[in-house]
Amino acid sequence: MEVERISGLKFHKKQDVAIVGAGMTTWKRRLNETGKELSYLAVKQALEEAGLEIGDIEMVVMGSAPDTFDGLHMKGEYLLDGSGGSDRPYMRVFVGGGTGVFAPIAGYWHVASGLADVCLVVCEEKMSSCHPHPQSGFKYIWDPILDRPLNPNLIWIFALEMRRYMHVHNIKHEDIALVSVKNKANALDHPCAQVAEKITVEDVLNSEPMALPVRRLDVSPPSDGAAALIMVAPHIARQLTDNPVWVTGVGWALDTTMWTNRDLYFPRYVAEAAKMAYRMAHITDPRKEIDVAEPYDPFDYKELHHMEGLGLAKKGEAPILTREGVTARDGDLPTCPSGGLLGVGNPIAATMGVKACELYWQLAYRAGKRQVAKEVTNGVCQAWGDLMQVGTVMVMSNKR
Amino acid sequence: MGVAVIGVGYYGFNANTPDLSWKEIMYEAATRAYADAGINPRKDVDSFITCAEDIYEGFAIFDEFVPDQLGAVVKPTCTICGDFLYGIATAYMHIESGLADVAVVEAHSKASDILTFGNVIKFAMDPIWLRNVGKAHPYYFAALEMAQYVNECCITEEQIAEVVVKNKNNALLNDSAPYGAKVTVEDVLNSPMVFDPMRKIEIAQRADGAIVFVLASDKIAKEAEDPVWVKGVGWWSETSNFDTMSFNAYYAYKSAKMAYKLAGITNPAKEIDFAEVDDRFAFKELQHLEALQLSKRYETATLMQEGYFARDGALPVNISGGNLGIGNLLEATGGQKALEVVLQLRGLAGKRQLSDVEVGVAQAWRYIPTASGAVAVFGV
Repeated sequence: MEVERISGLKFHKKQDVAIVGAGMTTWKRRLNETGKELSYLAVKQALEEAGLEIGDIEMVVMGSAPDTFDGLHMKGEYLLDGSGGSDRPYMRVFVGGGTGVFAPIAGYWHVASGLADVCLVVCEEKMSSCHPHPQSGFKYIWDPILDRPLNPNLIWIFALEMRRYMHVHNIKHEDIALVSVKNKANALDHPCAQVAEKITVEDVLNSEPMALPVRRLDVSPPSDGAAALIMVAPHIARQLTDNPVWVTGVGWALDTTMWTNRDLYFPRYVAEAAKMAYRMAHITDPRKEIDVAEPYDPFDYKELHHMEGLGLAKKGEAPILTREGVTARDGDLPTCPSGGLLGVGNPIAATMGVKACELYWQLAYRAGKRQVAKEVTNGVCQAWGDLMQVGTVMVMSNKR
Repeated sequence: MGVAVIGVGYYGFNANTPDLSWKEIMYEAATRAYADAGINPRKDVDSFITCAEDIYEGFAIFDEFVPDQLGAVVKPTCTICGDFLYGIATAYMHIESGLADVAVVEAHSKASDILTFGNVIKFAMDPIWLRNVGKAHPYYFAALEMAQYVNECCITEEQIAEVVVKNKNNALLNDSAPYGAKVTVEDVLNSPMVFDPMRKIEIAQRADGAIVFVLASDKIAKEAEDPVWVKGVGWWSETSNFDTMSFNAYYAYKSAKMAYKLAGITNPAKEIDFAEVDDRFAFKELQHLEALQLSKRYETATLMQEGYFARDGALPVNISGGNLGIGNLLEATGGQKALEVVLQLRGLAGKRQLSDVEVGVAQAWRYIPTASGAVAVFGV
């Protein structure tokens, strides 16, 4: 990927943005807690880690995906008091599945614009309340005239995308299955994981077919959970910690609604979002300069697809890097060291916990058993969603 | 640094729009705004923001359907779940944080597509504690709030009627106001009492329309024709629980406070020349005027009767006709307010143009059952 070097006043922010605390709940089917309670648990953890109290929070950003999961209109308003949003400026942002990294991007602009010095970002998702399965909530994401009469579901459009990706680069399912094997094993070290396990490539290839080539173990599960992140201005960060993690670049892009008109083999929207973020972070060669990556992996092929979109691998090269162990936790480019969505779970917006929060923990050397082997300075996290349409990217660094 | 509105476009406002889809009204408004600002969306815009709520739109993930008709394909585009004024606040932050030099904000209402509006609002209520209280239409919640407000502030039926009379008559001068009417206090008092103490005519009916603003940093705005500066923005949420809300529009008070602070306004009643406030229930206009500190508590209704807030009064309010004259535009409500303020400040308000106005304020609430809202102060 070629990223132009920028100079001058573009991206002239009011102040730098540091991350000083993060929290997340265990991800699973959580019938006992409401969305408000899940948000509360994540926020409490993040506040404890940052050494702050809720009264110190100036503004709150909420991220949560479709209202249809909960059968709630204005879900953001409903989640307001559990997430600490009451009695302060509170705003919910939404770009479908991309919200997991978009909400921290919104937190970034709250602080970088100088309007807030301490901003809390909360992401919550409760998919289990959607009966019989959250997939039925996705019935309403289609164009009502062109798509809906075909009675599509998400698994089969992703099967189309996976097939196209495999076809263009001549990739075997065995190579893609390695991602699922790696991430589910990584997740064994994550205390919040829902589907961590030691599996083999054969297990993936022999698992139940969903919509071929997608099989059961190629896919992440629906989950309930929440995550929280605290973003602050430099003068606050200095008071709280010696080792804050800085947000150095953000980017997002939304492609056309007409997914049928795009070539699905390459996520150009992720590439555009990544270019924006890298330009801001002054990163010109991502493969060399990025030390740890958390691309969005709701399906195993998506991790590879997104690595290519993020410029961490050339087109068609990501499966080779995976096979060679480059993306393992002790490899040269550790990718999804958290265990990702495939291992930890996929509560749509709350995946911030294994993307932005995990990247913060890795760069702050707070990831415990999940800490990658190599020394890290820069990292990138990314989310994706809508009709295979949106890319959201955040670059962080532990050097200012 | 500063942020200015350099172009506006709108489509509507109509009681229904059988000939165009929501995508088409967005396109109409967007093309007009881009022409007004003299920009090409594909080249010149750094960020697109749409304000929408999924269930009003009838989709599960509405932001999927935004980019094409705005010229925003493969560009930074996002959705804010809030009123148009939250979108203005977001664009303001994008520009102030250096993420964008030019940002576009869009909101629309295709309320005529909604068949069961009351049931949609019910879905915004807490499913355990509130949603199933009786079989009442959610307007009853506004009526309860009104009952407390009019009793606390000793407001008479006639005084509430004055709000309806003023706004519906103001709307007669606005070609884009479908609910304008020449009504009198007597007519209002003869309107059926549907949610005691609220009469049918005191509730804004729904309308369709779309609004698009183009905002830019000062570097670009200085070269634009007639820039209108966003002097301050504010937004605030009280609680989502109906049983713990203060019922005194505290959200408007706090968001105005934030916006005034950014705008450097210390005495709003003197420094602000005119206001567009949320009047989706007639009593809300009085409540919001107090919260915005444009009049003192216990005096607002009397001032209303004396014509203080009339077109030729000391502080004209809802010259556009407000929601009572134009209609309830859902998440585009704040857009209509901001639009009127910008048109007045640019001298483009036609027959309803005020003279000598320099600072105006727009305010919107997120409607029942919330206690959230936003405020924007504009000036030239």
